[in-house]
Amino acid sequence: MEHVAIIGNGISGITVARYVRKLSDKRITVISAESRHFFSRTALMYIYMGHMKYEHTKPYEDWFWEKNRIDLIHDYVTEIDTESKRLTLRNGPAVDYDKLVIATGSKSNKFGWPGQDLDGVQGLYSLQDLELMEKNSRDVNHAVIIGGGLIGVEMSEMFHSRGIHTTFLIREPHFWGNIMRPEEGALIGRHLNGHGVELKCNTQLDHVIDDGNGRCRGVVTDQGEELACQFVGLTAGVHPNLDLVKNSAVETGRGVIVNEYLETNVPDVYSAGDCAEIRTNPDERGRVEQLWYTGRMQGEALARTICGERTRYDRGIWFNSAKFYDIEYHTYGVVWPEDREGETSMYWENEAGDKCMRFVFNQEDRCLIGMNAFGIRYRHQVFERWLADNRPLEYVLTHLSEANFDPEFFKHFEADMVDKYNQMNIGPKVTLAKKKKLLGIF
Amino acid sequence: MAQADASLQLVPEVNPYTLRPLRKACLVGFALGVLLLAAVQTGAPYNVGWAGLILAIVSSLVYIFDLRHDGPPGIKNNGIMHSGALSRGAWGWFLGVFITGFYVIVYFYPSYVSRLIEMVDPLKIAVSGQPGVSRNEAGEITGHSQWFFYGFLYTLSILVMGVRAIMKYRHSRYQILRTISVMAAQLFLAFLIPDILMRLNEGRGWFAWANIWPLNFYGFEPWNLDNLWKNAGFIGRSAVVWAVASIILVTPVLTYFYGKRWYCSWVCGCGGLAETLGDPWRQNSDKSLRAWKIERWMIHLVLVLVVVTTGTLFLHYQFNILGDLGNTLKKWYGFLIMSVFAGVIGVGFYPIMGSRVWCRFGCPMAAVLGIIQRYFSRFRITTNGGQCISCGNCSTYCEMGIDVRYYAQRGENIVRASCVGCGVCSAVCPRGVLNLENGPVKGRFAV
Ligand SMILES: Cc1cc2nc3c(=O)[nH]c(=O)nc-3n(C[C@H](O)[C@H](O)[C@H](O)COP(=O)(O)OP(=O)(O)OC[C@H]3O[C@@H](n4cnc5c(N)ncnc54)[C@H](O)[C@@H]3O)c2cc1C
Ligand code: SF4
Ligand code: SF4
Repeated sequence: MEHVAIIGNGISGITVARYVRKLSDKRITVISAESRHFFSRTALMYIYMGHMKYEHTKPYEDWFWEKNRIDLIHDYVTEIDTESKRLTLRNGPAVDYDKLVIATGSKSNKFGWPGQDLDGVQGLYSLQDLELMEKNSRDVNHAVIIGGGLIGVEMSEMFHSRGIHTTFLIREPHFWGNIMRPEEGALIGRHLNGHGVELKCNTQLDHVIDDGNGRCRGVVTDQGEELACQFVGLTAGVHPNLDLVKNSAVETGRGVIVNEYLETNVPDVYSAGDCAEIRTNPDERGRVEQLWYTGRMQGEALARTICGERTRYDRGIWFNSAKFYDIEYHTYGVVWPEDREGETSMYWENEAGDKCMRFVFNQEDRCLIGMNAFGIRYRHQVFERWLADNRPLEYVLTHLSEANFDPEFFKHFEADMVDKYNQMNIGPKVTLAKKKKLLGIF
Repeated sequence: MAQADASLQLVPEVNPYTLRPLRKACLVGFALGVLLLAAVQTGAPYNVGWAGLILAIVSSLVYIFDLRHDGPPGIKNNGIMHSGALSRGAWGWFLGVFITGFYVIVYFYPSYVSRLIEMVDPLKIAVSGQPGVSRNEAGEITGHSQWFFYGFLYTLSILVMGVRAIMKYRHSRYQILRTISVMAAQLFLAFLIPDILMRLNEGRGWFAWANIWPLNFYGFEPWNLDNLWKNAGFIGRSAVVWAVASIILVTPVLTYFYGKRWYCSWVCGCGGLAETLGDPWRQNSDKSLRAWKIERWMIHLVLVLVVVTTGTLFLHYQFNILGDLGNTLKKWYGFLIMSVFAGVIGVGFYPIMGSRVWCRFGCPMAAVLGIIQRYFSRFRITTNGGQCISCGNCSTYCEMGIDVRYYAQRGENIVRASCVGCGVCSAVCPRGVLNLENGPVKGRFAV
C-alpha cells in the first residue's frame, strides 16, 4: 500500500490527510512537533482570553484519527532524504514514504532589531508561543506591539482582556496600512482607541531596552521616543518555515517552490499551506498564501493530485475575514490599498462611525471588483456569484438586501447605502429591491 | 495514541482577573441576602427575609449593570475558562451541590422551607386568593404547597438573570427580543395568569397555559381535562381547547415555519431559566459524539414513556381497563422524570453539565419539536460559504452540545433536532459564519 507521509498537522497537512482518506485507502502518517493533535491556530487568542480551553480548539475528537486510519507521530523531522525517500526524526525511528507532503507552516518575522531576543519580547504563532506569552505577561501593565496587522490586533485584544494596556507602533499612516484604505483604517483606529488602545502611526521600532538582566524594560522608536513596557509583541508578519527543507534537495525561494499543482522540483514531494510559494511561471516571483482558507483549499486540491486525479489549485474568487475587537470584517474580491488604474470606489459609513462598506468597481463597465464590509455580515456565496457574473455596481446595490447575513431583527443599512450612492451622482439612480420574506415576520 | 498533550500548561497559574471592588461588594451583598433568607427559616421575622431578598436582588442588579464596563457591546467571554465557578472548578461544584440540595428540599421536603413559603403567602393570596400554608384551628401548620413559592423564586431568577442576558448580549437585537420574550412568558403566561384565571374561576380548575403536552404531563391528565371542561366554565373549556390545539395544531405549524425555537428559546419556562439563570454555564454541555448518542436514546425513551403513561391513563379513565397500571406509571413518571429529572437534575446540574440538561436529554416536548424540526421545518442555521476558521467558539458555547463547527467548517448548514435556536453560536462566531434562518425546506441541508 502506498504510504503518504505528511509533515505538519496544521490545517493544510490535516486537510490533505482527510481528503486522501476520503478518496483512497492509502496508508497515511502525519508527523508534527507542535502538538499531538490538530488544533485551530486561529483560536490561540481565545485560549489566552479564557473563552476556550485548548481542548475546545481541536476540531476533531481524539478518536477520530485512529478511526480514520490516520497515524499521528508527535515528533520533529530533522532530515528529508529524497533519494531513499526517508525521514529522520528527532526521537522516534525513521519513516519511509512513497509520497511526501511538506506543510510546515510559518514562523514569526523578526527584522534584526537590537534587543529582539530579550526576555519578554516575542511573536505569537505556536502553542509554545502562547505558553511563553502566558509566562511573559505576568506582572505586565504595559505592552508595546510592533506592526499593526491581524495577529497584532489579536494580541492587543488578548492583553486587553486582562487589563494590560497596549500601544501599537505602526509604520504606515493608519492601521494595517499595507492592506487597508485610510477610511477603513481610521474606523478601526477609532474603535481600538475606544478600547483604550494607543496607536502610534508613522512610527517604527528602533530598539528594545535591556533592563540589565536580559529582560525588556521598554522600547525606543525611530522618532527617538522611549516607551516603558514589560512586554514587546513582534507581529510584523510571518514567513515560511523552511528550517527543515533548506537542507534538502527540495528547491526553496521565499517558501517551498511549487507549481500550480503544488508539486515541488522533486517527484513525489509536494507542499501546501503557509510554507508553499506557488509559481505559475517558473521565472516569476511566486505567491505565498498565509491563510487558513487557502491552506484548506490547497490541501483539498493536493489530496486529489496525490490520489491520481491531478488537480490544479485554484483559489477562486478572493475572500478573507477578520475581527478587530468587536468589529467583524469581511472582504470579497480584491480591494487594493488604493484604487488602481481604471478602478473607482464608493465608500459608505454609518452615523455612529462603527460600520462601513466599500465597493470597488471598474470605471468603464461598472463591474464590481471587490468589497469590504465592516460591522455588517454579507453572504459569501452571493457576492461570489455577483463577482463571477461581473455584476455592475448598480445591480449589486439594487439587490444588496439579498446578500445581508446579519441575524434576524438587526438594523439594516442597505437603504442608507443606496441613498448615499444616489446622492453621490456617480451613475444611474438605484432603487433597493425588497427582500422577499415569508409572512413578513422573522 | 489518545494521550493528551501533557506539556501544555495553557491555564494561568494565578487568576489574572481581579474583581472590581463594586462587584466584590455585590457578591457579598448577595450572599448576605441568602443568609438572611435562611435565618427566616430558623425563626427570624419575615421582614428580615424580605430585606434579604431585596438585598440579594439589588446586589445582583448592581453587579449586572456594572457589566456595561466590559466595554462597547460585543461578545466578552473573557475569563470564563479560568473561572472555577463557571468551568467546573471547586466553586462550580459547590454551586451545583447547593442548587441541587435546594431543589431536593423544595420538591421533597418542603417543611424545611415552611417559613419561607409562609413568608410569600401574602403575595400568593393577592394573586390566587388562597394561602400556601394551611393550619388547623390551633394554628399548627398542617400542610404546605410549595409551588407558589417555587414559582416565585423561579420567575424572579428569570427576571433578574434576564436583565443580565440582555446586558451581556446587548449588541444583538435577536438576543434582546428573545430574552424579553422568555421573561414576559414566564411572568405572565406561566406565573401570574394561571393563578389569576383560577381565581376568576373560583378555584374550579387550574391549568398551566405556557406548558404544552407532553411537557405539561399533569395538566393533560384525563380527569383534569374532564373537570376543566365540565366544571370550570368558559376559562376551563378554553384551557381544554388550548391543551389539545397547542400540540396538534399550533406546535406543528409554528415549528414548520420557525423551528423549535419559537417554543424552546422564546416561550418555554424551562428554556427561559436555561437562557437566563443557566447562561453563565452554557459552555459546560458535553460536545462529544458519545453524548449525542446518549441524548437521542434518552429523549426518545422519555417521549415513549409519556405517551404510554398518558395513553394508559386515558384508557383507564374512558374504558376502565388496565386497572391501576396508569396510576402506577404516573406515580413513577411523575417522580423520576418530572421531579428528579426535570426539576432537581435539570436545574441543579447547570454548573456541571450546562444549562440544558433536561431540554437535551429528557424533555418529551423537545423530542416532538425536534422531530418536526429535523424533518418538516423551514428552519436551519446557514453557514456563510468558506469563512469558517474552525476556531470552536460556536461548539463551545452551544448549550445543546451540538458540534456546530463540524458542519460550519465543511460549509454545511446545521439542521439538528436538538437545536433550540438560541442564536448564541451565531453571536459568538468571530467570522460571522452562522445565521439562523427560515427558508424553503428543499435543499436546506446544503449551502
Ligand atoms: C494568532 C494567529 C491567528 C490567525 N488568524 C487567522 C485568521 O483569522 N484567518 C486566517 O485565514 N488565517 C489566520 N491565521 C493564519 C493561519 O492560522 C495559518 O495560515 C494556518 O494555520 C497555516 O496552516 P499550515 O497547515 O500551513 O501550517 P501550520 O498550522 O503552521 O502547521 C505546521 C505544523 O508543522 C509543524 N512543523 C514544522 N516543521 C516541522 C518539522 N520539521 N517536523 C515536525 N513538525 C514540523 C509545526 O510545528 C506546525 O505545527 C492566523 C495565524 C495566527 C498565528
Ligand atoms: S446550534 Fe446554535 S442556535 Fe442551536 S442550540 Fe446550539 S448555540 Fe443555540
Ligand atoms: S465560531 Fe464561527 S469560525 Fe469559529 S468554528 Fe464556529 S463557525 Fe467556524
